[in-house]
Amino acid sequence: MLAPSAVILGTFIIYPLIRAIWLGRQRCNPQGKNCDTTGWGQYTDVWRSEEFQQAIWVTIKFTLIVVPLGVALGVGLAVLADKYLGGIGVFRAIFSSTVATSVAVASLMWFFLLEPSLGVVANIGWINDLFPVVKEPGLLNDPGTALGSVALSSVWAGLGFTFILVTAGLQGIPADLHEAATIDGAGGTRRFWNVTLPLLGPTLLFVVVVLTTRAFQAYGEMDLLTSGGPAPQDSTTTVTYLVYGDTSEVRSDGGLQATTAVWLFVVLMGLALVQLRGLGRRVHYGN
Amino acid sequence: MATSAVPAMNRVTGWRAVGRYGLLIALSALVLFPIYTTVIAAFKPADKVLDNRLVPDSFTLDIFRDAWTEGRLGRFLLNSLVVAVVVTVAQVITSVLSAYSFSLIEFPGRNVLFLLFLATLLVPLEATLVVNRQTIDSLGWLNSYQGLAVPFLATAFGTFLMRQVFLTLPRDMRDAATIDGVGHLGFLRHVAVPLVRPTIGALALFSFLSTWNMYLWPTLVTTEEDFGTVQSGLKLLKSRALDTPNLVIAGTVIAAIPIFLVLLIFQRQLVRGLTAGAVKG
Repeated sequence: MLAPSAVILGTFIIYPLIRAIWLGRQRCNPQGKNCDTTGWGQYTDVWRSEEFQQAIWVTIKFTLIVVPLGVALGVGLAVLADKYLGGIGVFRAIFSSTVATSVAVASLMWFFLLEPSLGVVANIGWINDLFPVVKEPGLLNDPGTALGSVALSSVWAGLGFTFILVTAGLQGIPADLHEAATIDGAGGTRRFWNVTLPLLGPTLLFVVVVLTTRAFQAYGEMDLLTSGGPAPQDSTTTVTYLVYGDTSEVRSDGGLQATTAVWLFVVLMGLALVQLRGLGRRVHYGN
Repeated sequence: MATSAVPAMNRVTGWRAVGRYGLLIALSALVLFPIYTTVIAAFKPADKVLDNRLVPDSFTLDIFRDAWTEGRLGRFLLNSLVVAVVVTVAQVITSVLSAYSFSLIEFPGRNVLFLLFLATLLVPLEATLVVNRQTIDSLGWLNSYQGLAVPFLATAFGTFLMRQVFLTLPRDMRDAATIDGVGHLGFLRHVAVPLVRPTIGALALFSFLSTWNMYLWPTLVTTEEDFGTVQSGLKLLKSRALDTPNLVIAGTVIAAIPIFLVLLIFQRQLVRGLTAGAVKG
């Protein structure tokens, strides 16, 4: 009964990982054939390379925008909608709605929103006057704003997910805690910081873990919005894009591609271990 | 006031309610803005896509027809549906089988093997796809349903999820079935699976959505439009038809509709699925 799962996981997760580690010592054509072994030194070479360092830095910057902004907005919306108002269900549905967009759909929506020639944002007069970059060369084509714009589309796409989870978390907070705090004279703001936020801890940690992992693996946004560019700065080439992107040089060499993919694995593993430690320490409340 | 079921501080009345509604409406408008502009653009006649009016003065469905035929959205949707259904059914079956072995059958090395299964959860997709693409290539499966689906027919996440619920089944139940001469497969089919149906539903929804939304893998193994999924098809469409942006915009809208419908129907399961793991790929 175990065989089907074991065969698939073995062939498509364990074998490729081991094979990639092995392949990472070599230079090959894109099919992973005609390889010349250059040795384990290729790992240190890749790690030290300007391209990889740059990609790691871009990935970190991207994550540092997407995660804090995404969590703050998600919590803000969820707290705002966690009230007994007529029609609140409609607002909740709207705030959850972006969970239904795939990365391709969300990215194309933002592409057409920000595209300078036909995008709506670029052609609203006052935005244009205030920020000329919106029209020329366009938010996605300016090295200074490209990463932030891609991150914004990513935050938007992840908003529904965060909203749904935080809303579920809020509903799990016993109402009498809020009542007790109110009787003790705590206002809305103090209740948020001293009751709501600490009790949301486990939910928020989960959200942060998922959003961070996703941000580190983000690919579709860069592929559809900027193709890792704008060139030549490659200001949106993340590590994942470096491995797989159409415009990435690494992609045309099966060996180098494997080396970079293995480093991506190592980085994500490190991240996961850090997060697991954090989770283990803080996830349990009550019981 | 204190006797009300609704906590006092969560009830908003009077001017504060008006302010709250204003804020909610403004924020809703912001969240919906990208969706609104896309949908509006898709309904505009071809010569008016560039006029950027927020409230269009004319509507047409022509572009949807073009996106469906010229843009081949119909084909992409069919491909996505085939791949997502195959993967979902397979993941549920393989997960149930392996989870059952890990929870209700004793065999030597079980814990080690289970740890190995769990370890695969730590391996990100992005680290294995380089070699998986080569594997699929050497099998001659580029541009085929096998190529799109086979690497995902099993999941350690599903195994873990199902094992958790199988462990809650009373041990006596299995013992009673053994005494009655019911084998493992019979017990699984007639007792275990019916009892854990909600979890299976959540797993199925999760599998379906993550397969449907998968982006990187389909773009790696499909070069021909015939086997494009909705996600990789949108990329093909964008690179091919950027001079006719309205076609791509209409394609985006068509591509978004099925998942909106699925989520509308399965709202409840979604929350359970989301808290069990992340959906987007």
